[in-house]
Amino acid sequence: MSTQAPPLFAPREPIFPRRVNGFFRSLKWAILIFTLGIYYVTPWIRWDRGPNLPDQAVLVDLANRRFHFFWIEIWPHEFYFVAGLLIMAGLGLFLFTSSLGRVWCGYACPQTVWSDLFMTVERWIEGDRNARIRLHKAPISLRKARLRGAKWAVWLLIAMATGGAWVFYFADAPTLARDLVRLEAAPVAYATIAVLTATTFLFGGFMREQVCIYMCPWPRIQGAMVDPGTLTVGYRRWRGEPRGKGGVKRAQAAAEAVGSGEAVARYGAALDKDSAGARQSRSGEALGDCIDCNACVAVCPMGIDIREGQQMECITCALCIDACDDVMDKIGRPRGLIDYLALDDEPPTRPGESAAMADSNWRPKPLWQHVFRPRTVFYTLAWAAIGVALVVALFVRPEIDMTVAPVRNPTFVTLSDGSIRNAYDIRLRNKHGEARDFRLSLGAAAGLKLALEGYVGTTVAVPPDSTQRQRVYVIAPPEAPAAARARSDLRFWVEDVSSGARAHGDTIFNGKE
Amino acid sequence: MTDNRKIDPTTGTETTGHSWDGIEELNTPLPRWWLWTFYATVVWGVIYTILYPAWPMVSGATTGLLGYSTRGEVAAEIARVELSNADLTESLVTVDLGVLAENEELHRFAVQAGRSVFAAHCSQCHGAGAGGVKASGYPNLLDDDWLWGGTMAEITYTVRHGIRNEEDPEARFSEMPPFDWMAPEELDATVHYVRSLSDLTHDATAAGQGAKLYADNCSSCHGAAGLGDREIGAPNLADAIWLRGDSYADILAQLKAPRMGVMPSWQARLGEAEVRAVSAYVHGLGGGEADVGEAAATTAD
Repeated sequence: MSTQAPPLFAPREPIFPRRVNGFFRSLKWAILIFTLGIYYVTPWIRWDRGPNLPDQAVLVDLANRRFHFFWIEIWPHEFYFVAGLLIMAGLGLFLFTSSLGRVWCGYACPQTVWSDLFMTVERWIEGDRNARIRLHKAPISLRKARLRGAKWAVWLLIAMATGGAWVFYFADAPTLARDLVRLEAAPVAYATIAVLTATTFLFGGFMREQVCIYMCPWPRIQGAMVDPGTLTVGYRRWRGEPRGKGGVKRAQAAAEAVGSGEAVARYGAALDKDSAGARQSRSGEALGDCIDCNACVAVCPMGIDIREGQQMECITCALCIDACDDVMDKIGRPRGLIDYLALDDEPPTRPGESAAMADSNWRPKPLWQHVFRPRTVFYTLAWAAIGVALVVALFVRPEIDMTVAPVRNPTFVTLSDGSIRNAYDIRLRNKHGEARDFRLSLGAAAGLKLALEGYVGTTVAVPPDSTQRQRVYVIAPPEAPAAARARSDLRFWVEDVSSGARAHGDTIFNGKE
Repeated sequence: MTDNRKIDPTTGTETTGHSWDGIEELNTPLPRWWLWTFYATVVWGVIYTILYPAWPMVSGATTGLLGYSTRGEVAAEIARVELSNADLTESLVTVDLGVLAENEELHRFAVQAGRSVFAAHCSQCHGAGAGGVKASGYPNLLDDDWLWGGTMAEITYTVRHGIRNEEDPEARFSEMPPFDWMAPEELDATVHYVRSLSDLTHDATAAGQGAKLYADNCSSCHGAAGLGDREIGAPNLADAIWLRGDSYADILAQLKAPRMGVMPSWQARLGEAEVRAVSAYVHGLGGGEADVGEAAATTAD
């Protein structure tokens, strides 16, 4: 008899989330429409910057190395703005995670948003949970093929629109759209669309929760950022257990005693559950509020049972809260059996010990104490400090910009009349949409002469929206102090002839030792 | 199958059945698609090694069915760039050197191309920064002192034919005879006089004696005032630039046993376009002179 090892690889368990209504579902719809709206609409917003500059409000112009964001234009040497924004995004995630748990995963993550969209299409074409389970189990038939084909076709359209929208951030959208249709766009545009279409189709349609569980590193990092004071989606075990089906009459009586679930504060009503009358099973045992209807499991897009406690898979999308609240309303028990809760805020009681708990003076902490904690305040301050620094940097950013690099091979050149000449490579940046003249001059330095390679005079014409490198010579006559001194400080000034804006760059002058 | 399934009572998870001193391993199976992804990468790897160069053999690697090579890609890239620059190269070969600088695009192309040519062919002697190597007598190309002229036309001629080489009959040629036949005090007087031409410290009495020796022996090439003669490549002795050094000993050594540099002819090795390009680059290093009759372009004010 051979012993067979258990399988080390498991097939994906299909998940058929049920449709649900409620506050959090509505919130998720709103966020879905808002975020997808931003994604699809942004590249098409026009923004007039004048001639020679693109009129697209948000444009990542990789070829010309420019990032346009409405009135802000970022050049490569100002990449610290992007770095600052990334740090702010990171700190923002820390802040939200430490106060609200995996709220990013549950509401705003593209994987969640697109999966949600794909599930909505699925529900619309194949029906709700039970219909989909039946279809899944049904043998292949014309109807099944038609439904599957229709679903995949709509998914593919969404996926193509997703990949298609992405490329518009990197080129003039109307031009690119026309070129794409005429098959004249760059191959990289089609390749990008193809890759993003494939990943969207695969991740949103088939991978879904597998991406969150097995592929995404962020949920694992988040474990380091939540603590018992973090608000998260959880099941009030002390209130729900022991679960079971109870008598209908008892439930109706409870509803009359408590009143509408909406009217009563979630915590307070739950604490007064003795006065509302405990549910009883048919055999007369006292029961908790959970009627074991499995509504929370049926709606879960991750396919877990929240009543088993905090789980790695849970993205805190809060759909189980909506599902359970709906059921609590129907059986006349207060809402909040599944709720946003902090683990250290739950009463220290075991299931069925509600009487003892009611005697104590325990009350949950108010919401603000969960939100305003030292670590969240710290994250907020750090986030705001970087934000303020970036805004300040944006406003003090010089309109005219110059860098000076001394040529050091050789450090100086002796001319035939004995003068000492130093050379410098100066980079002048014209951030305007039209060509500008920049006049160079030297700071107060005795007897030094300035000359420009290829130019008569000291004025350089810089083309629109570009950097011009200019070789500049500074000549010290033999009698000038700088000619004999090993190093002298030197300051270049540059002036925008049309606007009068000035900037300077400091360097050194090497003399003959 | 069912008889060897074991469930861990604490976690409710199936175990693999492996047990080490009573410690059992829980079975948390990896998703199957992960396994398929792994197989897919293996298949990808096999296809890749068939299509692209991969496996090392005794005399080189397998070439792959696509015939791809990184060298071939570089060659294709160079050919593509040269094709796209063909018009500019054509114009560079035919343009009048005096007006090259007025065609901004062509001039920029020439200078950029010349920068590469210089780095590859000229920097070995003249230095990467074109500052020359004084100890070896390689001239500095950055200053305003030119032995054979600093206009575009003159520089181009020098690059094309070289100096004192034997391969090109049109090479620039000049020769300073050795003055080792002079008596020691005559040499001393001549050196003091030469130093006096550019206001270097000198013995006025000796210099006075040297004036006649200079006029008799040196002025025919270097000129009466020591300003040199670019027609024959005679250096200017009255300026601050001394290729072979300005010390007493340096000048004396040069007088007794003159050292003269050699530059190869480049026209055959570079071709006309690159000769012109590197000349434009050198001309733009700070010492370039405008063609006769025009103001020097690099002088300010």
